[in-house]
Amino acid sequence: MRHVFSVRIGPVGFRVGSDWRGPIRQLAALYAGYPQPEDGVPDFTVRLFAQRPWRRVIRPAVMIGGDFMIPDAAPLPLAQGLLAAEMAMNLQMALGQRRYLLLHASAVERDGRVLLMTGESGSGKSTLAALLSQRGWRLMGDEFALIDPVTGLAHAFPRLVSLKNAAIAVAEAAMPQARFGPLLEGTPKGAIRHLVPDAAAVAAMDTPGKPALLLFPRFGFAPDIREVAPGEVFMRLTQASTNYVAMGERGFDALTRLVLGIPAQAIDYPDTDHALAQVEALWDAL
Amino acid sequence: MNVGANGWLLARILRSPADAAALDAAGWTALIAIARAEQMIGTLAWRLHGTAMPPAVARILADARALAEHGRTLALWEAEAARRVLAPLGVPVVLLKGTAFVAAGLMAGQGRSIGDLDILVPRGSLHVVERALLANGWEWVKPDAYDDAYYRRWMHELPPLIHRDRDRMIDVHHTILPLTARITPDAEGLLADAVPLRAEEKGALAMLSRTDVIVHAAAHLFADGDLAGGMRNLWDVHCLIEEFGVEGLVERAEHHGLGDAVGRALRLAAALYGDGATLSPGDRACLRRVTARDGWGRATHPWTRLAFYVRSHWLRMPPAMLARHLWTKWRKQAAA
Repeated sequence: MRHVFSVRIGPVGFRVGSDWRGPIRQLAALYAGYPQPEDGVPDFTVRLFAQRPWRRVIRPAVMIGGDFMIPDAAPLPLAQGLLAAEMAMNLQMALGQRRYLLLHASAVERDGRVLLMTGESGSGKSTLAALLSQRGWRLMGDEFALIDPVTGLAHAFPRLVSLKNAAIAVAEAAMPQARFGPLLEGTPKGAIRHLVPDAAAVAAMDTPGKPALLLFPRFGFAPDIREVAPGEVFMRLTQASTNYVAMGERGFDALTRLVLGIPAQAIDYPDTDHALAQVEALWDAL
Repeated sequence: MNVGANGWLLARILRSPADAAALDAAGWTALIAIARAEQMIGTLAWRLHGTAMPPAVARILADARALAEHGRTLALWEAEAARRVLAPLGVPVVLLKGTAFVAAGLMAGQGRSIGDLDILVPRGSLHVVERALLANGWEWVKPDAYDDAYYRRWMHELPPLIHRDRDRMIDVHHTILPLTARITPDAEGLLADAVPLRAEEKGALAMLSRTDVIVHAAAHLFADGDLAGGMRNLWDVHCLIEEFGVEGLVERAEHHGLGDAVGRALRLAAALYGDGATLSPGDRACLRRVTARDGWGRATHPWTRLAFYVRSHWLRMPPAMLARHLWTKWRKQAAA
């Protein structure tokens, strides 16, 4: 394709081809400190392309493709090309990743032990992970936690942190030194701004960690902490995994081991200060 | 290695895995993208198993083997689920395509991706088979009066059914070409010559005879379809010939009226994966269509693709009927 960008994020190599220069230039700037795919061979190919040749120029709309595709995926305006690239990379993971059990969760690490946070979009898992990375935790990722079925360890996948709507201002205020991507308004998920993981997150991304605590955060409620029983945790994580079914028995074994191995708590919070205090308290009590 | 990044790259590595040693990072990247696009990454992974390759490639192909192995388990389980429902009917059930290859442990099944479960039953038994499936969790995929009537009157299979719990499709065939095609294969002969997969078991599933299985692969490619998935289907043909030979194949193909299709399948399979063949201009056009991929896994040669798409409809039904069919489809699409 005309414009190409390659990158390795954690253990996964990507090749992104694009009909336009813009998205590639943004990716190159935001992923500047990241390494190349191992041996120069990416795990996944992503394509950003115009549906018809003239749509490259006239009302340009970015179609998302690659090794794995969903039919009838709606195109995005070129101004949201960076989002298209991120969505396309996530799609390859969701549909094509079989080496690791994927949990739709953010992950941070301290002392070699990993805190996993999972929840619906809007639960605050990305925001909390970003804020914790300012307080002595290592950011491992805000989208997918990669559980190795052989070792049970969580591998980092520190792609750009995707901040949405109100979370953008919270992160900007808390992290004045951090690097952000362009503000993307009017996307299918509202306003989005990407946060570049700090240098420590990228430098340590090849170091996996042992899962130690699982949290189900929920934003917008009075502070509350409840234990979640293993049966419910298991069911919720099957919902939160994009490849649990496709992994077959290996997926079942990996998930069972994770659920039985670590405690799980649901935390409700009205604002991030409460959430951070709850997290630290639960972590200290381990 | 002097091969452009298109379907020929995949063909060449499948033909002689040792050539992979000459691939650089860009070559490997293109090869993997093409193999994924042709749904042959599992086949490639098994073919290259044990040869030298960069560690990153080895990991990708190990994942592909695990994926294919899981797919094999699912396909066999789906066949078993159908067997349990259909065995009490006393109707002969013949597995077709990928599921048959893995059930019989054939080379063609190694690493093969398998989608739907395809079975062949006697036309006179369609009704009881359909009723049994509907009573046991299978449902119509897209209930539509026109499509349903069209399938029942003109097609070689029932409208597709999907299992409501397992989300897997079953295609119930009663012959191997649409009834509207100009060629009418001997469906009774296919069933009569079918070979039980586990001879010791009563009510066991069967597969087509060693010649009919090749005839079916060729019919599917050239007398029915637009050559989509051609690289994989021709790999099937290549593997089946390797294992079964060609003895009696020409006679059997003529018997079904599919001599031309089988002849072409043999030449194209030899050109892609074997020792080569003398090709006609038509053969070359087919190969151009079949290998139309670039190193990003994108479909190329749109006009060739379109030509074969049109041809597939031309072969499938007489012109007046085709016009009526396309008119009905177009009006429905416009209404939607």
